[in-house]
Amino acid sequence: MSSAGMSSAGTMSERDVVVTGIGLVSCLGEGIEAHLAAIRSGADRLFEAGPWETQRFVPYPVRPAPALDLTTQIPKKSDQRQMEPWQRLGVYAAGAALDSAGLKDDAELKARTHVIVAAGGGERDFDVDGQVLTAMRTHEAPEVLLNERLMSDVRPTLFLAQLSNLLAGNIAIVHGVTGASRTFMGEEQAGVDAIRIAHARIASGQNDLFLVGGSFNAERADSILSYALGKRAYAGAPAPVAERASPGFVLGSGGAFLVLEARSHAEARGARVFATLAAVGATRTGRGEGAIAEALDRLFAETETSADARIVSGALGLPNRDGEERAVLAARAPGATPVVTQDLVGHLMEAHAPAGVALAAGLVAAGEAREAAVTSIGHQRGAGLVRLLAG
Amino acid sequence: MAEPTYTDRFGRPLVAVTGMGVITSLGEGKAANWAALTSGRSGIHRISRFPVEGLRTTIAGTVDFEGAEDFCAPKLSERLATTAASEAVAQSGLPAGDFPGALFVAVPPVEIEWPQRRALAEASGQAGDVTYADLLAAAQTGDFAAWHDLFLFGTVADHLADRFGTKGSPISLSTACSSGATAIQLGIEAIRRGEAPAALCIGTDGSVHAEALIRFSLLSALSTQNAVPEEAAKPFSKNRDGFVMGEGAAALVLESAEHAHARGAEILGYVIGAGEKGDGFHRTRSSPDGAPVIAAIAAALEDAGIGPEAIDYVNAHGTGTPENDKMEAMGLMAVIGERMQSVPISSNKSMIGHTLTAAGAVEAVFSLMTIREGVIPPTINYHVPDPAIPLDVVPNTAREARVTRVLSNSFGFGGQNTCLVLSAEPG
Repeated sequence: MSSAGMSSAGTMSERDVVVTGIGLVSCLGEGIEAHLAAIRSGADRLFEAGPWETQRFVPYPVRPAPALDLTTQIPKKSDQRQMEPWQRLGVYAAGAALDSAGLKDDAELKARTHVIVAAGGGERDFDVDGQVLTAMRTHEAPEVLLNERLMSDVRPTLFLAQLSNLLAGNIAIVHGVTGASRTFMGEEQAGVDAIRIAHARIASGQNDLFLVGGSFNAERADSILSYALGKRAYAGAPAPVAERASPGFVLGSGGAFLVLEARSHAEARGARVFATLAAVGATRTGRGEGAIAEALDRLFAETETSADARIVSGALGLPNRDGEERAVLAARAPGATPVVTQDLVGHLMEAHAPAGVALAAGLVAAGEAREAAVTSIGHQRGAGLVRLLAG
Repeated sequence: MAEPTYTDRFGRPLVAVTGMGVITSLGEGKAANWAALTSGRSGIHRISRFPVEGLRTTIAGTVDFEGAEDFCAPKLSERLATTAASEAVAQSGLPAGDFPGALFVAVPPVEIEWPQRRALAEASGQAGDVTYADLLAAAQTGDFAAWHDLFLFGTVADHLADRFGTKGSPISLSTACSSGATAIQLGIEAIRRGEAPAALCIGTDGSVHAEALIRFSLLSALSTQNAVPEEAAKPFSKNRDGFVMGEGAAALVLESAEHAHARGAEILGYVIGAGEKGDGFHRTRSSPDGAPVIAAIAAALEDAGIGPEAIDYVNAHGTGTPENDKMEAMGLMAVIGERMQSVPISSNKSMIGHTLTAAGAVEAVFSLMTIREGVIPPTINYHVPDPAIPLDVVPNTAREARVTRVLSNSFGFGGQNTCLVLSAEPG
């Protein structure tokens, strides 16, 4: 019996799933070409290709969002105002993916395109939070003060910029993608599962067309705070994941969306195929030593990934977890020099696996690999492997 | 005895329900909830969990009997989900701790809450203006490491997967106020694809804290008729003025009919159809023409392979906001037509409030109980009919009725529309 967390093409009733659109935004800029150029500059120096933000959240460096002309993807200022940065990054990347797939101006197709977004939560009003905390410290009835201040100081529409499913909601509003959306939460694994479920729904014949991805805003103290609490955020000078003096990941601002499509549907409308999404494996991981290695090794077998696949790695900068991934890669893909997604763009959390798949699809489409495999390691739980093939 | 049916009318594996569990402000378990629902009792009450001074809404359907000490949304949401899922899995007879399928759980978004922010601010030693730099400094002490996992989005699902032994990568999801229905929809799809013989589908929400309430309040979504809490939620009434926040959880064990038959399990009902449709009109309001709501209802019927005439009862989304109830009635009348005026429709939210992330799952359980018990729970607090909603809302008193197929609606912010068809029969 195949693993419950596996979606692959191959059996009789299933259909090929292909990548027909890529939207990628990160500190390296916009578009798959900017990212491929950085990869070509040399695997050992990936971390130097884009900017680092080392001043704003000391001691935690992050990879900042690029300057974007938002109006190219989010024409209405009123829409831009209704969103916080994570949503703007996501809606922008989603629009770029639709452009890339040739869907942007096809209202009929967009109205039956389904969406799966991998998301956490939106940002807070940092000034209000700080003022309230300051005032609560000396107030005789701090909880009453909290009520009063939140009622008067919080912008009513901020809630809509915080709700996890409102990235998908904004994609529907701004881009008219209204098949139906679902939002998966759960850090890195949400990104893997979003791709897995979209793949399964296409392969089973339920749907033809998906927009899948996520976005993350690293330049927010509350988000860094969550990971800093657990000592998972890297505090130190810019360095690649494999060479850091202390454990931790470097969060990155960015967005990654893919258009996934049944091959027959893509061919019928003459769409460009970047790559075939051959298999998506996702699994829970145990907590003991070796659990990640066991899970990843099993996913390599289940996805039938070849030994010469180009590897796009979800390595975290957490040596305990990365070491197990490295051991599996050494056995399963000996000789590979992985492209470490975090070195390029930072850790995009829920959007990290979609970003890895975007890079892999780009490499395959550019003829730089016949086959590529994207690893995902959850910083707390879960593992995934996505296998792509040329054509 | 008739030949067992293992596939639906499209040849897909038929999805049966073999276990259900529920907890709301009305009580723990199906029996307690059903007794209260069918006697028209409300679980809405004055909030005691936090001070309500300065708030426009001071009532909610919180679950206060599951350990209200040290409230924290993910902790309460996990407790509620665990309680509901324990009841469901026990009823199904499937092995405790070794569930033969995937977990799909609708969970409320989580973030660090005010008690934690305050503790970090204090630990930072900052005597002047507090900023996030101070909170970050306090985090570096490592003294608060447990809060990292507590406020991750995937933690509740991971704990549930551990406890119930579900297989594969558990999915935590949100489609706002239709999340519970989406969890069930994901389970249906997994079984139809043959990925596993069963799915554990849960919706949970234990997130009534001051800021959560204020957020909805600032959007003018909540009833402010605080004087008599039990009477505030008034779906379909002309004097409805918003929803009342509620808490709760429900779990359904979905199982392929074949697997259920093979192990001799009692089938409680079937989920024969699910439909969804996005709405790009506005962040909180539905398209004025109702097209997406109509499309979602129609898609659910189509997926079930039935016509509108086959629906005997509608378990409404029925939030009690002026907008929702009008749009829902309009959508139903468009799909079901003239006949809708005589199809009973009621809103469980009149008694339990809006359980938000959990609502779709809670109301699916109540829909199946309606079928099994032959009693339709009422819409309470219905004293001022709205001429724009000429429907049989089963006002104020439960009604005995033979119900074979139920349409259960769920609609959410962000253009989320999800509808389920639950049935006593395989088709």
